[in-house]
Amino acid sequence: MFPSQFDYHRAASVAEAVELLSSLPDAKLVAGGHSLIPAMKLRAAQPAALVDIGRIPGLADVSADGDSLVVGALATHAAVADSAAVRSGCPMLAETAAAIGDIQVRNRGTIGGSLAHADPGADYPAAMLALGAEITAVGAGGERTIAASDFFVDILTTALADNEVITSVRVPCVAGGAYLKHRHPASSYAVVGVAACVGMDGGNVGSCAIGINGVTGKAVLAGAAAAALCGGPASADRIAAAAGRVGDAFDEPLGDLYASGEFRAHLAGVYTRRALAVAAERAG
Amino acid sequence: MGRYVGTSVKRVEDPRFIQGKGRYVANIQFPDMVYVAIKRSPEAHARITRMDTSAAAAMDGVVAVFTGQDFKDGGCGSLPCGWLVPDTKVPDRPIVVTDRVCHVGDSVAVVAARTPYIAADAVEAIEVDYEPLPTVVDARGAMDEGAPLVHSEIENNVSYHWALGDQEACEKAFAEADEVVEIELVNQRLIPTAMEPRAAAAQWDAASEEMTVWTTSQNPHPIRLLLSAFTLGIPESKLRVISPDVGGGFGSKIFHYPEEVIVPWVARQVGRPARWVATRTESQMTDSQGRDHVTVAKLAMTSDGTFTGLDVETWANQGAYLSTFAPLIPTALYITLLSGNYKMPGVFGKVHGTLTNTVPVDAYRGAGRPEAAYLVERLVDLAATRLGRDPLDLRRQNAIPKEDFPYQTPVAFLYDSGDYDRLMTTAADRADYAGMRQAQAEARAEGKLRGVGVVCCIEASGPAPSAVAGSLGSAVGFWESGEVRVHPTGQVSVFTGSHAHGQGHETTLAQVVADELGVPIESVEVVHGDTGRVNFGMGTYGSRSACVGGSALVRSAEKVRAKVLQLGAHLLEAAEEDVVYDRDTGRVHVKGSPESGKDFGELAFAAYTAHNLPEGMEPGLDFVSFYDPANFTFPASSHICEVEVCPDTWEVRILRYVAVDDVGKVINPMIVEGQLQGGIVQGVGQALTEIGAYSDDGQLLSGTLLEYAVPRADLLPGIEVDRIETPSPHNPLGVKGAGEMGTIAATPAVANAVLDALAPLGVTHIELPLTPERIWRAVQAAGNGA
Repeated sequence: MFPSQFDYHRAASVAEAVELLSSLPDAKLVAGGHSLIPAMKLRAAQPAALVDIGRIPGLADVSADGDSLVVGALATHAAVADSAAVRSGCPMLAETAAAIGDIQVRNRGTIGGSLAHADPGADYPAAMLALGAEITAVGAGGERTIAASDFFVDILTTALADNEVITSVRVPCVAGGAYLKHRHPASSYAVVGVAACVGMDGGNVGSCAIGINGVTGKAVLAGAAAAALCGGPASADRIAAAAGRVGDAFDEPLGDLYASGEFRAHLAGVYTRRALAVAAERAG
Repeated sequence: MGRYVGTSVKRVEDPRFIQGKGRYVANIQFPDMVYVAIKRSPEAHARITRMDTSAAAAMDGVVAVFTGQDFKDGGCGSLPCGWLVPDTKVPDRPIVVTDRVCHVGDSVAVVAARTPYIAADAVEAIEVDYEPLPTVVDARGAMDEGAPLVHSEIENNVSYHWALGDQEACEKAFAEADEVVEIELVNQRLIPTAMEPRAAAAQWDAASEEMTVWTTSQNPHPIRLLLSAFTLGIPESKLRVISPDVGGGFGSKIFHYPEEVIVPWVARQVGRPARWVATRTESQMTDSQGRDHVTVAKLAMTSDGTFTGLDVETWANQGAYLSTFAPLIPTALYITLLSGNYKMPGVFGKVHGTLTNTVPVDAYRGAGRPEAAYLVERLVDLAATRLGRDPLDLRRQNAIPKEDFPYQTPVAFLYDSGDYDRLMTTAADRADYAGMRQAQAEARAEGKLRGVGVVCCIEASGPAPSAVAGSLGSAVGFWESGEVRVHPTGQVSVFTGSHAHGQGHETTLAQVVADELGVPIESVEVVHGDTGRVNFGMGTYGSRSACVGGSALVRSAEKVRAKVLQLGAHLLEAAEEDVVYDRDTGRVHVKGSPESGKDFGELAFAAYTAHNLPEGMEPGLDFVSFYDPANFTFPASSHICEVEVCPDTWEVRILRYVAVDDVGKVINPMIVEGQLQGGIVQGVGQALTEIGAYSDDGQLLSGTLLEYAVPRADLLPGIEVDRIETPSPHNPLGVKGAGEMGTIAATPAVANAVLDALAPLGVTHIELPLTPERIWRAVQAAGNGA
């Protein structure tokens, strides 16, 4: 568990981080290091240089901004889970953060790092998709905002350019949300994680979004299932029927020693039903 | 009655452990030390066609690079197997391979470097070309016609066949049976996961030609013997092996491993101290693993539910090589336990030990006994279902009655003592078994999948009478040494051949000796784990330290008492028969007048001044005993587990776990309870989460702790532990082993509970571990569920 040799640079600002990433060959960004460092210790990742953004001031703030929350890229999972603004404004986001890994991981791992790493078993991506989050990144060409639905490209692959740095995530405040996961008994990653958002319009479901991670190489939106719930009451039968449509979202479910793709697809239906029920109840 | 034995004295070793002051092999540090790293095979079976170490050797900070040939040419012998049943075929197991690798993780080359980082870089820089060879990984499939051979000289990959029992009585039982239940099951491979990875360090003294080896071993003396006689070739008189604080073993640290040879050999070659510490990844692919049986079995009974016969055939996967005690586990520690706690005349079992392209398999907590208990207890539950009987009632009907002890089973063992009916009724009372069944009926009526699992299990602990072990294939004896050295001040040093790696011997053995001598426990120090300080001893495994190691100390303490009594009588100018040794105070006094006596300290001092000793008495107060047990001890347990299975995610939730165990007399109830709790959690791990899995081409699919799921605290509610005591009649402490009973009983208890929960869905069998997907598939196969 000894990583191969690498150079270490500590960036004092985002601009410096972008500059270092642009100029250094084979450099990787490190913040909490809870995905990258284990991979380096297994020598699965052998970057020539690390650019540490962990001490850049102001990047860990979590604040409310009108109907949204702005979460700094360096906010740890524990900080998001414990934030009063998040807990009241978007309980599902706090619930997602609290479901990540274990307490050590939550105390070090950051939201920006998790999103940029885009592990299929990570918890945040489903929530970002369901909430319609926007990810702000700074690169050589300046700042841009990427919709969550455009952000996750493939397994461990995002829309970020090599020298782009996530600075913050903007999340709309949604009361009617829930994130539930089936936790891997060894790794604690999501075997299946379902983030559901439900907005009521009178007695009927007016809006619905369902993000799912763990099943395929990247987190996906279960559009057909969400659409099936809209336009009628959030009854148990209608929720179950909607949850029955989640399979449409998966091209090729992933399998491993613990759970095959087929079983993950089964679990996705179960957790979608459960998450929709909780979300609908919270939506009031 | 003593003051300490039977009480929960707090562990004297804990203050140093919880303050980070433990001294482990990885803490051994010398100036100028080299760090050893080992190139591991990524292939399960391959010929090495080319190896180039030049780039590694040229790296700055690399001290030396060695290949298998270097070790061979440098006098290292192959690793021997210490337990051979008749006609065992033993494959050659070199320290480092020369031309062919036989499992993923096999050692291919060795680097010594100035830092562990450089050593790891150098390992990566070694170029090896492999020509892959066909692989075989399955215990039973290894014997198939045309299966690839792991070692070309060993036909059909069979290392040995072994059988035991009354075959005639067995055949008769099945011929006359009213009912027969059958099962085919896998006892899955487990990967022992001690908190501390294996490690070795060594220092060579060129002047005295003495080698000191520090190793994470459960038994430093046997390791010294094997190093000296087989692998390293340094005389025992010049070789000191130290196992300092060791962070868990569970059996995996019994065996002689290549690294224990590599590190001292390298230290001598490079003329500098050397150290190697396994990474967790190395541990997963090189620590000897556990279980891995495929079994076909059937149980015969009369219509009233009396068991009459058990017929078992097992294929035991031994891995690519025979680890130190590998053939023992599926033979004399497995087939011998198939009678369980039941009276059955016709028990017969046979086993085929097969070789595969996997990590070697050897003892892992329970070692053979969990495999037997899981098999027997599943069959008994199938029998109860067949007969429409309550599983607890059926067990009570067939349990060996207490008046039948000592009880001779048809599979060699003579059970020493027990009261299995009281064990089961105590468990049933403690669990409110009737209430659990009532609650189950109500839960089922609501559509819930609630189950109750009951087991009654047996263990053979405290190995072993040496002559018996020898007759069964052992190359060594299984006695233990114990020395009680009373210093002139009356302080006591206790030297035990047992080794503690979490068990708390520094506390429990001090309790024993303090009571035997009547001295304060604070004045008793326990020394272990160092061949330079302790008499030859056999170490700790098989739950033997109290039964065998403790008994050796009792014998030595008796000798101390006899001498002290004789000396006391002499100094009190009384006849020996007129004085008594007060074991509450350690004083020797004239009968009836406690005030006219001598304190233990005074007498110890007198023994050393030797100014006034009885005629013929030697000075000093130091006795050694070598205790060879008359028999194994036979702990037993009845556990009851209540579970609920979620009908859509198929997760298992344990609602209650009640464990009633009989481990004979108890020295320290707190430590025994800790052993049982920890053991139970390990057994639950086998039932629900753990599996060491290989792909067909021999890749380890659970090679890291991201995939291999050791149980966590949230897997279980608080475990309710209770005991009954039937003392072992053949050791002076009346104790039985406590280290493995929990593991043995927990796996079938949970499995029985889960299958009871799923019974309404028509599911009768699922292979372990009972993961949600496996349950889901079984329910679907039974034609039920979504």
